[in-house]
Amino acid sequence: MTSPDNHAAKHEGRYPPGSAAFPHRGLLGIAGLENHQLLFLLDEAEQWVALNRQSHKRAEHLAGLTIINAFFENSTRTLLSFEIAGKRLGADVVNMHAAQSSVKKGETLIDTAMTLNAMRADAIVIRHASSGAVRLIADKVDCPVLNAGDGRHEHPTQALLDALTLRHALRARGGSGEIAGLTVTICGDILHSRVARSNILALTTLGAEVRVCAPPALMPAEVEAMGVTAFHDFDAALAGADVVMMLRLQAERMQGQFIPSPREYRHLYGLTLERLARARPGCLVMHPGPMNRGVEIDSNVADLVGTSLITAQVEMGVAIRMACLEVLTRRARGVAGWEPDWAPDWAPDRAGASA
Amino acid sequence: MSNAAPLTILGGLLVRPGEAAPCAGGLRAADGQIVALGDISAEVGDVVVQAKGALVAPGLVDLGVFAIDKPACHFGGITRAALMPDQNPPLDHPARVRFAAQSGKPNLWVHPLAAATRGLEGREMAEIALMRDAGAKAVSTGRRWIGDSGAMLRLLRYAAMLGMVVIAHAEDDGLTAGAVATAGEIATRLGLSAAPAEAEALAIARDITLAEMAGARLHFRQVTTAAGLALVRAAKARGLPVTAGVSPAHFTLSDLAAADFRTFCRLSPPLRSEADRRAVIAAIGDGTIDVIASCHDPRGPEDKRLPFADAEPGMAGAETLLALTLTLVRDGVIPMGRAFELLAGNPASLLGVNAGVLAVGAEADIALIEPTRPWVVSSDRMEASAGNTPFDRLPVAGRVTGLFKGGVRVR
Repeated sequence: MTSPDNHAAKHEGRYPPGSAAFPHRGLLGIAGLENHQLLFLLDEAEQWVALNRQSHKRAEHLAGLTIINAFFENSTRTLLSFEIAGKRLGADVVNMHAAQSSVKKGETLIDTAMTLNAMRADAIVIRHASSGAVRLIADKVDCPVLNAGDGRHEHPTQALLDALTLRHALRARGGSGEIAGLTVTICGDILHSRVARSNILALTTLGAEVRVCAPPALMPAEVEAMGVTAFHDFDAALAGADVVMMLRLQAERMQGQFIPSPREYRHLYGLTLERLARARPGCLVMHPGPMNRGVEIDSNVADLVGTSLITAQVEMGVAIRMACLEVLTRRARGVAGWEPDWAPDWAPDRAGASA
Repeated sequence: MSNAAPLTILGGLLVRPGEAAPCAGGLRAADGQIVALGDISAEVGDVVVQAKGALVAPGLVDLGVFAIDKPACHFGGITRAALMPDQNPPLDHPARVRFAAQSGKPNLWVHPLAAATRGLEGREMAEIALMRDAGAKAVSTGRRWIGDSGAMLRLLRYAAMLGMVVIAHAEDDGLTAGAVATAGEIATRLGLSAAPAEAEALAIARDITLAEMAGARLHFRQVTTAAGLALVRAAKARGLPVTAGVSPAHFTLSDLAAADFRTFCRLSPPLRSEADRRAVIAAIGDGTIDVIASCHDPRGPEDKRLPFADAEPGMAGAETLLALTLTLVRDGVIPMGRAFELLAGNPASLLGVNAGVLAVGAEADIALIEPTRPWVVSSDRMEASAGNTPFDRLPVAGRVTGLFKGGVRVR
């Protein structure tokens, strides 16, 4: 049923009308999203940032809707963040914690997807250890699917929350909040990181200059084709950077030896206060968590007030996930301008579904 | 051997060995063998087939299928198929080889390839001589490389003594372990575990060296990279008995085809870069590649409808082998006669079977082909036991309109 909605009025003229502002059925990745579609989601999230800072943190937009968080890979913060986001929008949120092994023993991923679909979820949030797994499920279910991380491929809500965090931090310093023109250095295990891939796509789409820094063994081949500059020398990568994003060493994804030892890794790639001083003054520090303190980031950097955005990232995570859930369920809720089948055939996720 | 009436095919265009272009003529077969070619006429009692201008070509000899799939082979004009040892259980025992060798007769001859090592594990040599006497036509390392150079050298020496060709898979598994794609932009964007394309050249360089030491006859089942092909080209120039094959996937598609996580494009070796694809075409044109094979491996949804890295490698290729090879003729890469050397003549001589050419005395395995007849590949409508083709919806030309095994019509 259509509920009175003030979204259209709020961004009057800034975005295409109705669902043309975000014509995708789900959020499978940042790849394929336009600059204005990213900005639309960021703008939508602002109201939820405000709501989350009130004592009464509850909206009813998604009342009566069921959201399933299907996590085939362990997660604490992302799962919690999606659960809180759904609940603050009034939805009934169910968490399915399917350990990878039990799914492998029993039913196939497709059967699990069909089961979830048959329970008539209104949105499904999926995390899976295999690249492309979320896309596979999305092709088999009728409701919007949100990718909460698939293998090394993408983690789109992380990239969106990072952009929102940056925007707020820049505004708090009196700036416009524009990400365009920033120099962002992403350092760490680029090879195994879905956070890196989504952030590279989002930041370059938003107009930032992106540098990636990793030892050769943790740098994916031809990463420059994604529009970034690759560095092996962290000091060089930091020179002139406005933002540095540190990534966790993902030991669980490594087969074979990629680095000699954590302390040697810290020696070359750990973000220390001395290293941070090589970046542009006022350089902001981010980390998607969980952190290995004393390995890729020192505690005195991670806890540096005014510089470290690590807890702000967590806060923005809830708001951005609320925005994604609210926007993606507009079709199902019959919000004016978001009637079903409005999405053009050429929308990337549509074209894929019929291929 | 055959009790069937003699066969006479009239009014066709014969594809004969050593001749680039087909020429008009007929063919007569009796007792399963070709007895006359050229300007012939039917004799009383013959089964007469009017080719009406269609190509009269040797039945295809497919050097490397993973499953015995008669309907798909017959659709594709394949009358003989070499069965890879990667079966469950592997073809590493004479009894299994003997069974496999009989499994397609009479209308599809299966030539089992003996597993080089027990369980295809790359360690202990299998009973190759016993398997040879049970019907194995060559030795194969399966879909994997033998990492232990000592074991590979011993294998090559032993196979050379037995007069058997060793068919090798060329990927250095120190680099490819766990990889499902070729390192490059596509694998990076998709976040797929990838290995550098150079893994192939590394393996080929070692195996050529070992084969030269052993005096062995070595065939690389699939060579798919420019660097690997350069090594094969150089070895041939030095006169070494080294040959190379490829499947249509690697001259038709690049890794871009997997960009949507399409598991039908999960192959072994994986799809390569566009530059490598072009190098494969050039190598077919200049004679570096000797064999085009289907690598037919039909896989159902339980193996393919999975996340890319979890899906099994392989494609259903028997039906598209001929049509995709004919695209090379259409594009002027090779003449028609050469196409059938790649598809039939060369693989037959590699296996040591008296087939694959239209010659008096050869087995009467014959395909009637309309080389320009268009059709569209459709994974939903295939004769193969599964429709996992990476060429879904591709318009192609070239259709088999009649197929004869030992002079007897099978399609």
